[in-house]
Amino acid sequence: MKLELRGITKRFPGVVANEGIDLVVQPGEILGLLGENGAGKSTLMNVLYGLYQPDEGEILIDDKPVTFHGPGDAIGAGIGMVHQHFMLVPVFTVTENIMLGMESVKNRLGQLDLEAAKRRIMAISDRHKLRIDPDAVVENLPVGVRQRVEIIKTLYRFSDVLILDEPSAVLTPQETEELFEVMRSLVAAGTSIIFITHKLNEVLEVADRITVLRRGKVVGSTTPAETTQTELASMMVGRDVDLVVDKTPAKPGEPVLEVRDLVVRDERGHPAVNGLSLTVREGEIVAIAGVNGNGQTELVEAITGLRDIDTGEVLINGKRYENDPRAVYAAGVAHIPEDRMEEGLVGDFTVADNLVLTSYWHPPYSRGLALDGDAIVRSATELVEQFDIRTPSIFNPVANLSGGNQQKVIAAREFSRPLELIVAAQPTRGLDVGSIEYIHRRIVEKRDEGTAVLIVSTELEEVMALGDRIAVMFQGRIVDILDAEEATLERLGLLMGGAHPEEVAPEEAAALVADTHDTAEATDG
Amino acid sequence: MADERPPDPTPVEPTAPKEAQGRGAGTLRALRGLVLPALALLTALIVGAFVIVLTDFELLGLWTSDPVRALGESWAAVWNTYGALFRGSIGDPVRIFGALFTLNFDELKSALVPLSETIVSATPLILTGLSVALAFRVGLFNIGAEGQLYVGSLLAVIVGFSFVGLPWFIHLPFALFAGFVGGALWGAVPGVLKARTGAHEVIVTIMMNYVAYNLITWSLRTDLVQREGRSDAISKIVEPTAALVPIVQGLRANWGIVVALLAAVAVWWLIFRSTKGFEFRAVGFNPRAARYAGMSIGWSTVWSMVIAGGLAGLAGAAVILGGSRTLSPGFSPGYGFDGIVVALVGNTRPLGVVAAALLFGALRAGATPMQSATGTPLDLVVIIQALVIMFMAAPALVRALYRIRTERVTGTEVFAKGWGS
Repeated sequence: MKLELRGITKRFPGVVANEGIDLVVQPGEILGLLGENGAGKSTLMNVLYGLYQPDEGEILIDDKPVTFHGPGDAIGAGIGMVHQHFMLVPVFTVTENIMLGMESVKNRLGQLDLEAAKRRIMAISDRHKLRIDPDAVVENLPVGVRQRVEIIKTLYRFSDVLILDEPSAVLTPQETEELFEVMRSLVAAGTSIIFITHKLNEVLEVADRITVLRRGKVVGSTTPAETTQTELASMMVGRDVDLVVDKTPAKPGEPVLEVRDLVVRDERGHPAVNGLSLTVREGEIVAIAGVNGNGQTELVEAITGLRDIDTGEVLINGKRYENDPRAVYAAGVAHIPEDRMEEGLVGDFTVADNLVLTSYWHPPYSRGLALDGDAIVRSATELVEQFDIRTPSIFNPVANLSGGNQQKVIAAREFSRPLELIVAAQPTRGLDVGSIEYIHRRIVEKRDEGTAVLIVSTELEEVMALGDRIAVMFQGRIVDILDAEEATLERLGLLMGGAHPEEVAPEEAAALVADTHDTAEATDG
Repeated sequence: MADERPPDPTPVEPTAPKEAQGRGAGTLRALRGLVLPALALLTALIVGAFVIVLTDFELLGLWTSDPVRALGESWAAVWNTYGALFRGSIGDPVRIFGALFTLNFDELKSALVPLSETIVSATPLILTGLSVALAFRVGLFNIGAEGQLYVGSLLAVIVGFSFVGLPWFIHLPFALFAGFVGGALWGAVPGVLKARTGAHEVIVTIMMNYVAYNLITWSLRTDLVQREGRSDAISKIVEPTAALVPIVQGLRANWGIVVALLAAVAVWWLIFRSTKGFEFRAVGFNPRAARYAGMSIGWSTVWSMVIAGGLAGLAGAAVILGGSRTLSPGFSPGYGFDGIVVALVGNTRPLGVVAAALLFGALRAGATPMQSATGTPLDLVVIIQALVIMFMAAPALVRALYRIRTERVTGTEVFAKGWGS
């Protein structure tokens, strides 16, 4: 099926989200759709999926104009969408989830025909190597498998065009590789795929053609063979961008953070951090890589005083501050939390109030019980200027800012005081290239001033760009710590998946056992 | 989806001077908050007019025989009813101005009786409204203002009659304080249970209402509280030194309204100008972020419930000390529950609460004179009250009716949060 968008324009009050966008997807090709947050990718896909009506322009399928009044029309026309946030019922089985909305029935009483559905699911699964257990309950499945369920769901509805919205955001490198294979198998069978992402390397790897959006317009179309990451990045941002973080070798000093044999339990009482030890010195960045859910969240919360420590200890400059976030703060620790809007900011508060969220309780922002509004406004005005936070005014609710500017608010708040240690969890999640560059620069700046930095990230690119040393976390432990130079995507990926360090350390393995040399080198790729 | 919101417009350059904008923005937001309640009231009055017409069977008969006359009579009925409601709650403007110009103070006083009655009705509503609004700010739904009010009134009465010979400037504050403490104790229980065990405050406060009510009934029959020589449940009489006396001799409006207004100012300062209020609001909007910032959610829960309970207790004290000066079961016609409505209509802002309490106080005060003047049943006022709340609860409907453009919702409607958390 050939899909074409012609001159699509979509306006919202005060904003043109899409302006005259032309796009063609041929049968059996992968179109990479690149763009920063707010470039209009999602609006465009929502137009295509029937959620929005375009103000101008038309959609053509096999050169015939069509109108979609809702997702039902789009699905009927053979368009399937896999959202970034999965739309699955956790307590249903895979089969129930897939047939939901187009259930097959056995008889007039409406009795579900699960067997028929299961047969079709298995057929789809076999054809495209989408391994799945149709009877598994979705809430027990890992994220990568849930995504497979979503993809099967669209194929089950006879989709010829598949829209994948940031599909790799939640996957490990190995899972991403698997996804790419599935995508290749699908296009080989004649399906077309629109692959939305802001990860440049992925789009170069898997797409047949690439279209870049900026500020609601198509700013360029190209193919992977003709372009480079740097070129794509400047097309997205509209100026030259440093993809490589510019940093000098670290000059580590005294240890600032020492974690010894730490055990921390999660909500269900299981040890999420299980005997972890780690040291971060002044003037160095230690980056923790790992698949989400291997205890990173609990580790960060234990360090910052937000979670009970079971056994072991966390020392900041030699002192323990258990369970007292405010004492940790006073000890000079900045914490960039994992989830900006859920944890780092109070969305309904103004930018000014959010800038004092962790410091409102001491002078100059308050005296006794009374807040000093003037001091808060003065400091906010300065910080907005200094950190280039784009907001109509410091009295705007922070929820109305873009993701990048929200993160700048957090950075401004946390970095604008004397610091000993920065703990940053997923500091650039969901941010666009420009904002990532900005946040990274600020973090490296702080390192150069002698601050110790601990980064936790599931984005390997980020880990490798920032870390002076890279620790890989798996099932609550640090399985290996590599110097930045010896870390490769493959090695980190394998370690994140739980491989034993010696299996993936070519030099050591070679030195120890000569005859494993070949395998090890193959792994190192 | 990666970018839910429509793309940002071209980044706006921060404009100076920002200070001016901010202060203005606060007032503007407060004013904009009044638009919706005002329209809700207007709509409620219009629907109420139909109720007046449709419940008058003589008029209904007239519609078939003589529609023109029916229209005229309907208009007259509505006009008279609302006129009587207005004169019963605010007063007759002609009389008031007439008395002012002729400097006839006795006449002025009697012309001001309706206004005085409105103030009397509004006083406890301001305090219970503040109680519920404060808890809302912390994300708590205080259904227990009624029980807190009862316990507060009990303690206030006991202090009121137990000390004889104290000067009023010690006795009165002491009795009011006792009322605050009574309510605070009653509010602390659900607060502590929520903070310690996660028990839902809605359930606990409802149950505490029953306990409070029966506690009062029981204590009114003990020797300590029961009036000598009486066999029914009624307390001893509060000493005159602990009474909230009328502001003007001969009118029932008393200094309780001043207490309520001072409380509103105090609550405003607490919520918007103090570090604790900053914590309260942060916890109410986003508990996880509050915890991240080192605030104690448990502390905020307990203290907000203590203060909310205290305000409701103060309402109980103000009603008793400013009125009959004696406690009997069932003296409250539901001030605590009406406080929920007042807080809601007042948009959980102290100024809004005062305005909403005056509105409902006026409706309540005007109802009886309206019934006696026009024969329209009291229940019309209850219907109007209910309609105002309904329209407040369905802002989308009011916006659609008056073609108001939807603002970007930022979640200022905090009452929605009280249920879930």
